[in-house]
Amino acid sequence: MNRSSSETEIQSKPINRTFDNLTRFFESDIFYSFKKSPLTVFAFFVTLILFLSALFANWLAPHQTLDVKTLDLMNAFYPPLWEEGSDSRFLLGTDDQGRDIFSAIMFGLRISLGVGFASVILSAALGTVLGLISGYFGGKLDSFIMRVADIQLTFPAILIALLIDGIVGSLLPKSVYNEVKIYVLVMAIAASQWVNFARTVRGSTLVEKNKEYVQAAKVIGIHPVGIMIKHVLPNVTGPVLVIATLSLALAILTEATLSFLGVGVPITQPSLGTLIRIGQQYLFSGEWWMTIFPSLALVILVLAVNLLGDWLRDALNPKLR
Amino acid sequence: MDKKPILSVHNLQVEFPTRKGNLVAVNDISFEVNEGEVLGVVGESGAGKSITGSSIIGLIDPPGRITGGEINFLDQRIDHLSAEEMRTIRGKEIGMVFQDPLTSLNPLYRIGRQLTETIQTHLHLDDKNARLQAINLLAEVGIPSPEIRIDHYPHQFSGGMRQRVVIALALCANPKLIIADEPTTALDVSIQAQIIALLKKLCKEHKTAVILITHDMGVIAETADRVAVMYAGKMAEIGKVYDVIKKPKHPYTVGLMNSIPKMGQDTEALMQIEGSMPRLNEIPQGCAFHPRCNQVMEQCKKTVPPMIKLEDSNIACWLYPSK
Amino acid sequence: MLSFIVQRLFQSIIVMISVAFVSFALFQFVGDPINNMVGQDATEEQRQLLREKLGLDKPWPLQFANFVLNISQGEFGMSYRVGIPVDELIATRLPATIELVLVSAVLSLIVGIPMGVYTGLNRNSWLSRLFLSLSLIGISLPTFVIGILLILIFGVWLQWLPTFGRGGVVDLGWWSTSFLTVDGWRSLIMPSVTLALFQLTLIMRLVRAEMLEVLRTDYIKFSRARGLKNRSIYFGHALKNTLVPVITITGLQIGSLLAFSIITETVFQWPGMGLLILQAIQFVDIPVMSSYLVLIALIFVIINLIVDLLYYIVDPRLRIESRTESH
Repeated sequence: MNRSSSETEIQSKPINRTFDNLTRFFESDIFYSFKKSPLTVFAFFVTLILFLSALFANWLAPHQTLDVKTLDLMNAFYPPLWEEGSDSRFLLGTDDQGRDIFSAIMFGLRISLGVGFASVILSAALGTVLGLISGYFGGKLDSFIMRVADIQLTFPAILIALLIDGIVGSLLPKSVYNEVKIYVLVMAIAASQWVNFARTVRGSTLVEKNKEYVQAAKVIGIHPVGIMIKHVLPNVTGPVLVIATLSLALAILTEATLSFLGVGVPITQPSLGTLIRIGQQYLFSGEWWMTIFPSLALVILVLAVNLLGDWLRDALNPKLR
Repeated sequence: MDKKPILSVHNLQVEFPTRKGNLVAVNDISFEVNEGEVLGVVGESGAGKSITGSSIIGLIDPPGRITGGEINFLDQRIDHLSAEEMRTIRGKEIGMVFQDPLTSLNPLYRIGRQLTETIQTHLHLDDKNARLQAINLLAEVGIPSPEIRIDHYPHQFSGGMRQRVVIALALCANPKLIIADEPTTALDVSIQAQIIALLKKLCKEHKTAVILITHDMGVIAETADRVAVMYAGKMAEIGKVYDVIKKPKHPYTVGLMNSIPKMGQDTEALMQIEGSMPRLNEIPQGCAFHPRCNQVMEQCKKTVPPMIKLEDSNIACWLYPSK
Repeated sequence: MLSFIVQRLFQSIIVMISVAFVSFALFQFVGDPINNMVGQDATEEQRQLLREKLGLDKPWPLQFANFVLNISQGEFGMSYRVGIPVDELIATRLPATIELVLVSAVLSLIVGIPMGVYTGLNRNSWLSRLFLSLSLIGISLPTFVIGILLILIFGVWLQWLPTFGRGGVVDLGWWSTSFLTVDGWRSLIMPSVTLALFQLTLIMRLVRAEMLEVLRTDYIKFSRARGLKNRSIYFGHALKNTLVPVITITGLQIGSLLAFSIITETVFQWPGMGLLILQAIQFVDIPVMSSYLVLIALIFVIINLIVDLLYYIVDPRLRIESRTESH
């Protein structure tokens, strides 16, 4: 079919292409299965709300709980709004230092999500690179990397993160350690998660490696690495996205757990885990809100992300179509 | 050969509900299988042969289901039986052999166990006799040293041997009908002939009828008594093997036979039928073959030709009007 | 069979040596190794004696060999924080953790596997859907939140169960057990349920996924075509094939339980290894940290060996016997 030159001009305008892509997306199977599941839509919006409130916590939060100067000990131990003796300024009550729980949760969310995203991006990058190397070069390098991965898989994420944290903590002097603590945390969590990404990418690389265009390029004398990557990446985008979503949930949980144990984020930047730990001490004296509300926020966040990941995995699974 | 049909299928319809509507995989087909005969069912991939076989034994993969017609086996209607009633028929009266012998056998069980389990489900034998029966069956299908190999695992057998074991399993309880779905496709060519010969021999000895589903006309020519040609979910032509191969009536069958290269034939280009079989969601109106037919008429584009009896064959084509 | 075991043992030894090396490195290069070994109150004479005895003037490969010899006899030095020999410290803490992990493992298996089988076989029943929804919540609930909720409900509000400590403990030699007292069992309930819950949901989902995979195979279809009874198909063929990969996961699970026991012990103030290592990390108590490392590695290696062996026994395909070939 011949096209006139003016037609081709109109076709290739970027805005028309985006519109085209968008229309195709909304008519696609994926969006259909998304619409069909009200739970997933709900989970998506919940995640979005939590994400936005974390991102804009500075402006949305009623109180600046990170700023120590604004805290007043006289405000301590107020219960949530619907209980007796509450203060209308503090929706969900305050903690032992007079921090507003609601605002603290928003800032805590920011830390939790920040660490979570950072570690997932890092582990995805690390895993992808290692998977590509492993799949492309094969041989002893491949066996070695995969054996390390296997052994590492037998150790739970928490343990790995804990041990890395502990070892680094013992190697660095105290003051330096406090500064870099959060980066160490991100790296530790990323180190515990790279294997899943590596495996998938390696599988896809192996498939591509056996294709003819790779052999053809080698015969000519070009290293087909660049072309292979161009072919591998679109194939792995789907599974990597699924793994990344579920990884995010796990990363958030791991960080919360480490912070709860006291070896996570520094006390100056309390995440949800830190808040829960502080609150636990007051369970017996009756100030349950200090630990329950941050716990609820954490659970809802992880649940929403898990739901999204589950849906994504089913939607992208060709076997289930 | 008695002309007594043990299986008769009338107007069978099998559909798969999908998000975009119902896909008709088997569209109003009718045929019969006589006692002890081998009926070949040929057609391209996707023509509906396997689904036909699965629906007879009641093992259609969900969400597919029978939406019309009847299946009668030994004067009993079997298409709407309960799961438990159907289970008593499977294995004992109707058996099935699948394509891949490697995946058909449970890798974790010794084949002796898989055999005796089947034997004892249908025949009331004690353990010792069941084992003896199993050894006999293995000998019958040509497994050497059966009393030793009965305790081996599937992975210890080669492909051809495994398919023999599968056939033994299907014949355990002496069913009257075996549905063989591409039984040799996954095997080496040299083994194929052996397995087909085995199947033929056993079925003659046990007087078992066979529905042999395949896309390999060579196998049909060797083995079948009659053959049914399927296209896009419908039956195009059914007749005696000799008639269908030497004197094909339906234009599709004609095309098929022409496309098989013959020994001693001095041609340059292989013949093929223009176009390809339509997908289930793109079946044209009227006769499904009409876009590719070189003898297409106006009527073919509008109305589906019914299946009519013509001498010893059945044919569904407007070129052959009913009396 | 023999070569399989030998190969596995060999790999295990390599892993142990690498871990020992990391442990040794911790000792040597973080702070003064002598300090790590004798604690802060030793005199200069004692230190010099130890220096000679340990041969710290010798090249490090020899030191490493010495180190390996020592730890294989349980000699880990003194805890920097508490001042008593590490092996004694571990001996007092280990039983608490082992008993907790054991009870949780059994709990999660006897509840998780049947639930998984049920939801795999009855895909669309309302009970399956309920189990699946609960399991999704289960993997989103961090262990410590579960613990806190249980404490709140059963400890603070209802006051039915004790919320910290092991309760009544009986000493059998150096092993102190809480299995022999009612109070001990009461104290075990909440921590073990907390620890088991996460694993339970994981097991249930895994068994279900495996079951669904298996039910789609050709050999299950063929067994239906042979008219086998449902009981034989589901609880004979399907179940056996499902459980094979579940074995590995169970092995991994013990490891996971050990890790999560740290959290559970923190929430319930359970006097086990978990609390010990946390305090060690915070205090930079090197001897305890490095011995914990070696101990954990040892447990993991042993578990891996057992799992490999089990796999070998259960899956005949792994036994490389001579294939009797014939056409």
